[in-house]
Amino acid sequence: MNTSFLVAAVIASTPLLLATLGELLTEKAGHLNLGVEGMMLLGAVAGFAAGYYTNDPLLAIIGAGAAGGLGGLIFGFLTITLRANHTVSGLTLTIFGTGVSSFAGTTFIGKKMSTEFIEFFNPVAIPVLSKIPVLGPMLFKQDFFVYLALLLAILLGIYLYRTRYGINLIAVGENPGAADASGIHVELYKYIHVVLGGALCGLGGAYLATVDVPQWQEQITAGRGWIAIALVIFVSWNPYKAILGALLFGGLSIVGFRLQHLNVSQNLLDALPYLVTILVLVISSFKQSKENAPPKALGSPYFREER
Amino acid sequence: MRMIQRTNISKQKIILIRLISVFLSLMTASLFLQFMGHHPIDVFASLAIGAFGSAYRLRETLTTSIPLVVTSIGIMIAFKMKFWNIGGEGQIIMGAFAASYIALNYSELPKPLLLTLMFFAGFLGGGMWALIPALLKVHLGTNETIITLMLNYVAIKWVTYLQYGPWKDPNGMGFPQIATFEPNAILPKVFGVHIGWIIAIFIVLAISFLLAKTKKGFEISVIGESIDTARYAGMNVKHVIVAAIILSGGICGIVGMMEASGVNRTLSSNVSSGYGFTAIITTWLSGLKASIIIPVSILFAGLIKGGSFIQTAYGIPQSASDVLQSLILFFIIGSEFFVQYRLVRRTAKEAL
Repeated sequence: MNTSFLVAAVIASTPLLLATLGELLTEKAGHLNLGVEGMMLLGAVAGFAAGYYTNDPLLAIIGAGAAGGLGGLIFGFLTITLRANHTVSGLTLTIFGTGVSSFAGTTFIGKKMSTEFIEFFNPVAIPVLSKIPVLGPMLFKQDFFVYLALLLAILLGIYLYRTRYGINLIAVGENPGAADASGIHVELYKYIHVVLGGALCGLGGAYLATVDVPQWQEQITAGRGWIAIALVIFVSWNPYKAILGALLFGGLSIVGFRLQHLNVSQNLLDALPYLVTILVLVISSFKQSKENAPPKALGSPYFREER
Repeated sequence: MRMIQRTNISKQKIILIRLISVFLSLMTASLFLQFMGHHPIDVFASLAIGAFGSAYRLRETLTTSIPLVVTSIGIMIAFKMKFWNIGGEGQIIMGAFAASYIALNYSELPKPLLLTLMFFAGFLGGGMWALIPALLKVHLGTNETIITLMLNYVAIKWVTYLQYGPWKDPNGMGFPQIATFEPNAILPKVFGVHIGWIIAIFIVLAISFLLAKTKKGFEISVIGESIDTARYAGMNVKHVIVAAIILSGGICGIVGMMEASGVNRTLSSNVSSGYGFTAIITTWLSGLKASIIIPVSILFAGLIKGGSFIQTAYGIPQSASDVLQSLILFFIIGSEFFVQYRLVRRTAKEAL
C-alpha cells in the first residue's frame, strides 16, 4: 500500500463520509431515513446544475445542500407530521431522488464542469502539516471539499457530545416522551436534524458529481447511499468513528483498480464493497452492546400524550 | 388543531381519501411537467396511449405486468411480517441465473420437463438468495433492508461476470452476451402473451389461500402484528420467518425464470429491469392485499410502457414516469394519516 493509494482512498471516502454523517444526524433524531441514495442524487444533480450554469463553487454547494435538505424535508413531513412508516417513506424518497436526478440530468449527460470550477477544487496543501509523512498528503493536501467533510465530522462530534443542543437531540432520539416532558420541542428538533441530515447527504452526492468525477453520469452514486446507511451502524452512531469507517470503504471501492494485475475479474472485484458491507453488518450485529446500540426510539413514531 | 385517533371509518371514506391523494399527486406531477416546459395533459394522454392505446401495446403492458404481479406477491409475504425485503432485484436475477443454468446445459430434455426443472431452479435460486438475510436476521438481528439491497448489487456483478467471462457466447461475435436459449427452454404463449400470466394468476390464488386459510398464513400475520404475541402463543417464530422469506425470495426467483425464458430468451445482468423496486411500490399501494396487487401492477406496467412511449414521442425522459410513480406513492403514504386520525380544531374551552 503506497501513499497515492491512501490519498485516493480519502477522496473516495469523502462522499461516503458526508452521507454517513447526514444519516447519523437523522438517526440521532430517531428517524431511520432509507432515502440517502435519493438525497445524494438530488444533491448531485442540483450541485452539478448550479455549478455548471454559474461556475460558482459556493452556489454549487448551497444548491446541493438545499436539494438534499428538501429531500429530508419531504421525508420529515411524512414521518414527523404524518407519522408515516419510515422504511416505506425512505424507499420512496430514493425512487423519487433517482427519478428527479435522471430527469433533470438528461440535459447534462456527458457534460463536464468548467476548468475554472475544477481548478477551484484543486488540492491545497496546508503549510507544515502537509509535510508529515503519509498523513500529510493524505489529510492535509486535499481539495476544499475533503477538508469540509472532515471538519463537519469533528464539528458534529463536538455538537453531539459537548453542547446542550446535541444532548437534547440525543434525548429526543432515545426517549421523545421524556424529552418532551423536560421542555424540549421534540418536533422542531426532529425537523431541523432530519433536514440538516438530508443536506449533508446532498453534499456527498455533489462531491461525486462536481469534484470527484466531474462529469454528469446517471445514477452517479451507484449504491453509496446504502453503504452509508450500513456505515452508520458500523461506526455505532459516532461521527469520529465515521471518518475511519468511510476511509475503510473508500479504500475498498478503489482497490479493484489496484488489483487488476492479479488476474481476478474486474466484475467480481466490483462486488467487493457490497460484500464487505454485508460482512461489516454481520460483525456489527455480533458486537451489539449498550454503548453501540441505536437510538432507542429509532424508527418509531412519537405521539404526544393528550393533555 | 389536534389529532384524534379514528375509532371507525367507512370504506367509502377510505376510498375517497385515496382518490384525493392520487388526484393531488397528479396535480403535483403536472406542476413538475409544466416547470420542465411540457404540457401536462398532453403528456398524461400520451402516457395512456402508450400503455393501452392498441392491442399490441396492451399485450406489451400485460407482459410487463406479469413480473410486477408475481414480484409484488413475493415481497408482500415478507412485508406482512415487517421483514423489509428490498432484495427483489437480486432474487429475480439469481432465479434467472439458476434457471438459465438448466436451460443452457440440459436443453436436450423434453420441453415440459425442461421448463418444470427451470421453474424449480428459479424458485431455488431466488429462495436461497433470500435465505441469507433471513438467517442473519433471525439469528443475529442484522438489518435485513441493507443486506437484501447489498445482495442485489452482488447478484448484478455476478451475472455481469458470467456474461463477460465463463458464460460468454462463443458465437456472439465478441459481444459480452450469454447464448440465446434453445426453443425448448422458451415459455409458450397463450393468447399472445407468454404463459407466465397463467402462472401469475395461479400464484396469486395460491398465496391468497395460504395467507387467509392456513395455519402458516395465520402465523405470518401474527408475527407481523407482534413478534412477542407470536412467541407467547408458542409459535416457532424463527422457523416461520425463515420459511416465509424463502417463499418470498423463491417467488421472486420464479419471475427471473419467466423473464429470462419468456421475454429475453437469455440471461443478462438487467434481466430484472427494476421490477424488484417497482414491486415495492405496487405492494405497498395494494395495502398488502393480493387481490389488489393485480390491478395496481397493470396500472404501473402501463406507467412503465407509457413512460418509454413518451420518451420516443415527446423526447421526455423515461425517468418522468419514475418521478410520477414516486409522487403517487408519497401522497398515498401521507394519506394514511388521514385514514388513521382526524384533525379537530381546539375549542375555546380546551385552549384555556
